Amino acid sequence: MGKLNKIDKDLLEKIADLHKIPAGSFNIRKNGEAIERASNKDIQIVPKQDKSGIDIIVAPNVKNKSVHIPVIVTVGGFSDLVYNDFYIGENAEVLIVAGCGVHNNTSEKSGHDGIHSFHLEKGCKVKYIEKHLGIGEGEKVLNPTTYIQMEDESIFEMETIQLGGVSYSKRDTKAVLKGNAKLVVNEKILTDQKQVAKTNFKIVLKGEKSSVEVKSRSVAKDKSRQEFVSNIIGKNECFGHVECDGIMLGQARIDSVPKISAQHNMATLVHEAAIGKIAGDQLLKLQTLGLTEEEAQEEIIKGFLK
Amino acid sequence: MIELKNISFKIFDEKEQKDKYILKNMSVKFPENKITVITGQNGSGKSTLIKLIMGILSPTTGDIFFNGQNITKTTVSERANLGLTLAFQQPVRFKGLTVGQLLNLANKSKNNLSDSCEYLSRVGLCAKEYINREFDDTLSGGEAKRIELAMALAKQGKVFLFDEPEAGIDLWSFDGLVEIFKSLKNKTVIVVSHQKKLIESADYVFVLNDEGSVFGKRKDMEKFLNNPVCLKMGGRT
Repeated sequence: MGKLNKIDKDLLEKIADLHKIPAGSFNIRKNGEAIERASNKDIQIVPKQDKSGIDIIVAPNVKNKSVHIPVIVTVGGFSDLVYNDFYIGENAEVLIVAGCGVHNNTSEKSGHDGIHSFHLEKGCKVKYIEKHLGIGEGEKVLNPTTYIQMEDESIFEMETIQLGGVSYSKRDTKAVLKGNAKLVVNEKILTDQKQVAKTNFKIVLKGEKSSVEVKSRSVAKDKSRQEFVSNIIGKNECFGHVECDGIMLGQARIDSVPKISAQHNMATLVHEAAIGKIAGDQLLKLQTLGLTEEEAQEEIIKGFLK
Repeated sequence: MIELKNISFKIFDEKEQKDKYILKNMSVKFPENKITVITGQNGSGKSTLIKLIMGILSPTTGDIFFNGQNITKTTVSERANLGLTLAFQQPVRFKGLTVGQLLNLANKSKNNLSDSCEYLSRVGLCAKEYINREFDDTLSGGEAKRIELAMALAKQGKVFLFDEPEAGIDLWSFDGLVEIFKSLKNKTVIVVSHQKKLIESADYVFVLNDEGSVFGKRKDMEKFLNNPVCLKMGGRT
């Protein structure tokens, strides 16, 4: 990774667990330009001609392969907009690691809007990990958008993690599932100071026996604000479960807006939401083990967001 | 040794709209390195007493001593670090923290797997099934209760406080519980219990009731414990 300096490497390690050039296909984007790329026949990476971004094409039946496409922004006053399209072939099994790190110490706003569209063919299986991180005193804005089209029997498992440093984020995730398709989303968000994080899910369960499981855990500290909106629409015999747990500290605020819409008499949709401060008996239990209140709080949050 | 001197604890009774004493001017010394079972009818203040010793509640008046040191004003964490260890009546669940992590926090060790496994097997659980499980609502009441006991064992200490350890442990023999208390040699063990078997394993018994309290060696208390008045208290089931 010869073109990368220490800040770049640090960001890449934190958002994509990259310590060195990854095995398999990858694309590293810095300040709006691709600076390192590798493509192979199993997973092709093709730059778009008409706009900024890449097509990631995973061949059918590919097994146990991974692709890393991290983005870093290390200058102030720069907003990056990128369109990435993923085409996952039939019965392929692949790990996709994305994520964005912004390092901004300037007075001007920096940000990244990543618009990711996934097209999953029949029977394929995708694990998608997306980490977002901000470092530095300047304003850092991240707006990830994810569209997922899922054919029959495909599986998409998404982990989306934002553990601090992002001034403002708005996450939009939309998915349409066909028969027996399964979507699992695990979201973890930590905000502090005056940060704002918004999340919006719209999931349409179109096919018979399709299912979605969304688990969101958030911790809001200081004067930060979080908003969780989910809309699960069941148009067939299907199962949907949304669980939103939030812990608030200081003067933070969390809003959770659940919507479940059963448009078929065999649809089963569940929404659970619990928001509050850390339970007093949890703090007390850890204090009886010898931890101070502050240490107890830290352990509880660490466990909750792990 | 744990000593309570002239302890009173009162609360405001919303229903009656007046102060109500849960414990009134009570003094007791818990003998060092012995097992004492506290028993008595519901509402007699047994759990309150345990919470006062651990510092979860503060007495309205009176003082609490540990090895001669007045600990009345110390915090829960400070008492824990002095060597007081409590197993809760109702185990607290944590979303995210695993059984293994909690045992490590209790033991102040990092990933001491063999020790954690030993604590779990001492409470009759197969360690590999539990060590990586979250200590959340997916565990049954009995499982959670045993893990609570394992946490107390992992924490170690000089004084062990068990608040109704038998509650919810329906599939595990009381013999196992008695074995745990007996294994805490050279420790002061204070147990709140209604169970005959646990009372029989005690060196001393402390009976709390509305009219006052009686403390004595278990064998000297046999007559008292078999007395119909005591049976009415809810003990000896």
